[in-house]
Amino acid sequence: MVEDRKKLVEVQNLDITFNQGRKNQTLAVQNVSFDIYEGETFGLVGESGSGKTTIGRAIMKLYQPTAGKINYDGQDVTKIKKKADLQQFHQAVQMIFQDPQASLDMRMKVKDIIAEGLDANHLVDSDEQRTKIVEDMLETVGLKREHANRYPHEFSGGQRQRIGIARALAMNPKFIIADEPISALDVSIQAQVVNLMQELQKKQNLTYLFIAHDLSMVKYISDRIGVLHWGKMVEIGPADEVYNHPLHDYTKSLLSSIPEPDPDVEKHRQPIIYDPTREMDGKARDMVEIAPQHFVWATPEEIPMYQERAQAYGLI
Amino acid sequence: MSEKILEVNDLKINFHTDNGNVQAIRDVYFDLKKGETLALVGESGSGKSVTTRAIMGLLAKNAEIERGSIKFKGEELVGLDEKSFRRIRGSEIAMIFQDPMTSLDPTMKIGQQIAEPLIEHQNMSKKEAWHRALEMMNLVGIPNAEAHINDYPHQFSGGMRQRIVIAIALIDSPEVLIADEPTTALDVTIQAQIIDLMKKIQAETGTSIIFITHDLGVVAGVADRVAVMYAGQIVETGTVDEIYNYPQHPYTWGLLNSMPTTQTSRGTLEPIPGTPPDLLNPPKGDAFAPRNRYALKIDEEQQPPYFQLSPTHFAATWLLDSRAPKVEPPLTVQQRWAKYIAEHPEVTQQQAQPVEASAILTE
Repeated sequence: MVEDRKKLVEVQNLDITFNQGRKNQTLAVQNVSFDIYEGETFGLVGESGSGKTTIGRAIMKLYQPTAGKINYDGQDVTKIKKKADLQQFHQAVQMIFQDPQASLDMRMKVKDIIAEGLDANHLVDSDEQRTKIVEDMLETVGLKREHANRYPHEFSGGQRQRIGIARALAMNPKFIIADEPISALDVSIQAQVVNLMQELQKKQNLTYLFIAHDLSMVKYISDRIGVLHWGKMVEIGPADEVYNHPLHDYTKSLLSSIPEPDPDVEKHRQPIIYDPTREMDGKARDMVEIAPQHFVWATPEEIPMYQERAQAYGLI
Repeated sequence: MSEKILEVNDLKINFHTDNGNVQAIRDVYFDLKKGETLALVGESGSGKSVTTRAIMGLLAKNAEIERGSIKFKGEELVGLDEKSFRRIRGSEIAMIFQDPMTSLDPTMKIGQQIAEPLIEHQNMSKKEAWHRALEMMNLVGIPNAEAHINDYPHQFSGGMRQRIVIAIALIDSPEVLIADEPTTALDVTIQAQIIDLMKKIQAETGTSIIFITHDLGVVAGVADRVAVMYAGQIVETGTVDEIYNYPQHPYTWGLLNSMPTTQTSRGTLEPIPGTPPDLLNPPKGDAFAPRNRYALKIDEEQQPPYFQLSPTHFAATWLLDSRAPKVEPPLTVQQRWAKYIAEHPEVTQQQAQPVEASAILTE
C-alpha cells in the first residue's frame, strides 16, 4: 500500500502570492497540499497560469511560500539555512528544464556543463574523478564519452535534453523536478527521453515531479497525478483513476479536450466546457478523500455529489 | 471530384549555407482541392514549413527553388514577382502562425488590424470595414466584440489572440488558409475551441486549409487528407482514415507508436531511435533507413518509389514491393490494421503497384 511508503516531499496548505499587498497582487498558488512518495512519479497537470511551475520552483527553494509548508525528507525547506545543509539539499534536489537550448550555456563544453554542479559544490577531488563522472553520466543518458569535449550547439534538441539530464544526474540526486522536459522536442524524440527517465528511475530509485501540459504523456509516466486550476489543486489520485474516472468537473473538461490519434474518436469528440461558477462562489474548500487515495477539492456540501460520482464509477 | 485549387509539382528547394547546400525540399508533389483540409505532418526540419513558405513567396534569401512548380488556380507561383505575390498573399492565400503575438501589431487596436486588409485590398471605406471587422469578431467567437474592438492585443488571452489572428486571416475571404501549428502554443481546452472554430468557418466559407503540425492527435480531428513528411519528402499520403488505420510507411508507424494516448500502458512506448538525417548530404537510399528497424538491404542503395494502394493512398517504402519479405508492424499498428481490414476486406487482395511520383496528383 502507498501509505507504507515514505513521503519524500510534503506540501501543506501552500500559498504563493506575487506582489503581495500591491495592486498587481497575484494569488499564484492557493492552499495546495500534496505528498510525493519516495520512488514514485507525481504528475502535475494544468493549463498555463495554473501554478504548476511555481509549485515546482517553490520546492526548489526558488520562491518563498507566503503561507504553508514544504517538507523535503522531513525537513522544512524554508528553514534550510546553513551552508552545509543547503549544499546537501541542492545536491539531492535537481531540476530538468523545458528548453535545453535556453538552460545550457552555449559557450561551455559539455563536460563543464555536466560537472558544473560538482565544481560549484567542490564535490570532486581530482581531474580524473571529474572526467570519470562526466563520462559515466554521458553513457548513462545514451551519449558517447567523446561528446564531452563538444559544445551544445553540435547536438540535436533531444541530445541536448540528455545533456540536461546528465547534468542533473551528476549530482547523484534523489528527487528530480522535471518542468515540461519534453515539450520542446519532436514527437519521435519525446518517447526516447521519457523512456530514458523511466529507466533511470528504476535503476537509481529516483523520485520525480513531472510537470507538463501534455496530458497523455503525464498519464503515461506518472503513478499519481494532481490537477491544478487557477492555482488550486482540484483533484489528486492514481494516474489511471484520474484519467478514466475523473471526479472534478475541471478534470473532466481537461480530459475531454485531449486529441487522440484516431479519426474515428476525433469525429465524435465533444469537448466538455468547464463552468467555473461553482469554483468562484467563495466558499472554503478542502481536499477530501472521496475514494481511496483519490481526493477532490470540495466543500462539505459537495461531498455527497462527488461520492455519488465515485459510486457510479464503482470506485467506492 | 471537386475543383483543384493548388498544385505542387516536383518541387525541390535548396538553402545555400556556409557549409554547402541544404536540400530542404526534395521532389514534393501534392494538391489541394476546394474546401478540403490537408495536413502536413512531420518533425522539425522535415520541410513542412518551407513548403508553405514557398507557396506564400516568403522563402528566405538564401533559398533557391531548383525546380518544380506551384500552381494556384492555374497560375504559376514559382518565379512570380513580389508585386504579384502581394496581390495574392493575404487576400487569396492567408496564413496563421503558431504564436499569435508575433503576427499581431502590439501598438494597433485589434479592430484596425482586422479591418486593414479590407481597406488596403478592397478599397472599402473605414466605416464599412470596421463593420465587417465586428462581424468577423463575432464569427470567431470574441465575446462582447463591440466593447473590445478598440482594445490592444495585450489585453487578450492567448486563445483570444489566436482568434483575432484567424479573423485577420479570414476577413478577405481567402481561398486557401495555411495554418502553421496554429494551436501548438495553446492550452488543450483552448486548442479544442480553436479547432472547432476553424472547422465551423470552413464549413461556412468553403476555404481550403493546409494544416501544418507535428501533433497526430490534432490532425485526426481536422484533416481530410494527410501527407507525412520526412527529410524533405512526402513519405506517405492518403485520406485521414488510410493514414491512421492502414498506415504503410515505417515512419508513419513509428510516429503513431511513439505517441502515448490516454490508453497507453506504462513501459510500452516505443520511440523511433536516432535522429533525422543531415540534409546537407541526404543519404543515397531511403532517408529513414538508419532509424528503421524494418529497413531492407535495398533501402541503403536506392530510394523507394511511391507504391499506390488506392486512388488516394501512396507510400514510399520498399516494404510494399512484391519481392519484399512480409513484416509485422508494431502491435498498435496491427490493431489499427485489423480494424481497417474488417471494414475494407478488399484491401488484402490487392498488391500495391509502384507508380511515378506525379501519380499523387489527381486529375
